[in-house]
Amino acid sequence: MAESVTINQKWWSGGKSPFNVEYGKLMMWYFLMSDAFTFGAFLISYGTIRFSSAAWPDPNHVFSSFPFMGHTHLPLVFVSLMTFILIMSSVTMVLAVGAGHVNNRARVIKWMSWTIVGGIAFLSCQAWEWTHLYQENAWWGRNPFANYDGTVASTNFTNFFFTITGFHGFHVFSGVIVNIIMLIMAINGTFERKGHYMMIEKAGLYWHFVDLVWVFVFTCFYLF
Amino acid sequence: MANHSTSDTTAHGSQDEHSFDTKAIWRTFWILLCITCVELIVGMFIAPHFPHHYKIWFNLLYIILTGAKAFYIIAEFMHLRHEIKNLIMTIAIPALLFVWFITAFLWEGNSFKNLRQTLDPRDVKKAEQVMEEPAHPEEGTEHIK
Repeated sequence: MAESVTINQKWWSGGKSPFNVEYGKLMMWYFLMSDAFTFGAFLISYGTIRFSSAAWPDPNHVFSSFPFMGHTHLPLVFVSLMTFILIMSSVTMVLAVGAGHVNNRARVIKWMSWTIVGGIAFLSCQAWEWTHLYQENAWWGRNPFANYDGTVASTNFTNFFFTITGFHGFHVFSGVIVNIIMLIMAINGTFERKGHYMMIEKAGLYWHFVDLVWVFVFTCFYLF
Repeated sequence: MANHSTSDTTAHGSQDEHSFDTKAIWRTFWILLCITCVELIVGMFIAPHFPHHYKIWFNLLYIILTGAKAFYIIAEFMHLRHEIKNLIMTIAIPALLFVWFITAFLWEGNSFKNLRQTLDPRDVKKAEQVMEEPAHPEEGTEHIK
């Protein structure tokens, strides 16, 4: 960490890379910044509408189902499972990046596979949740849930919920596709021929970002 | 390793192998898991027992815990903490814009609500409409935006 960077080094006087990372990795960071502002715009508009509403549905009441449990009231249990799956797949992704650093191809393949499994598991959970809500008659433009105080809720609640979790789910989906491509490249030995696993690191940054966004979606929709 | 480009070598050289030790990764995982569990326990078992006007304090707690989780994901999983200061600043300074965005827009939303409550009597009536049976959707919901 610290020992590789001299404090008084002149980063901007030319001759060296002032951010000390590979070009592609820096651009991945900038892409993630722009994506963060897109998600931020979504979540902040959700917040604005919610602040301008007199009342809002209670998440403990709306999100209280679990597969194969019938009508048992289990508030937030399923979404905590989804959160756990995504954090777990973030861990396996770091382990894959770490294995790439020591050029250990077998372990990269192993951990990338687990990351893909986690991503697919998360998407399956989301598919179940959406199907369940759809069967409860919730969709864009339809809201069967009352506000916490029993008054009629507007469709803003479902519109924002499906748009934002859908946009996040689409990011997870693209992340899974990227990870599958990385896995195929690792199996084919592409990174070994290149001599480094930098691409796994860039895919990893994207994957962690998806996890990061979920942390905010989770708080904004399920806790507030 | 022989066909490295120069920039790749510098990028590689700056990374410390120790920063990727699995112990630190798992420690971060446990921290994230514990924070999520605290959020869930508060959300499921503690917050519902308090009157609704206490909710703002629980929300404040969730914001602090969410911020802590975001910090750990960015710093450890995305490895930003171990990068050089120039890179950290090029990410962190633009992200500060969020502070202003959130403050301004939530203030705005609250102001919409207050204005409508004082200026639009129909809106007050709509907000007082009680929902009948939750089984079938209200026709009235379509009109309330």
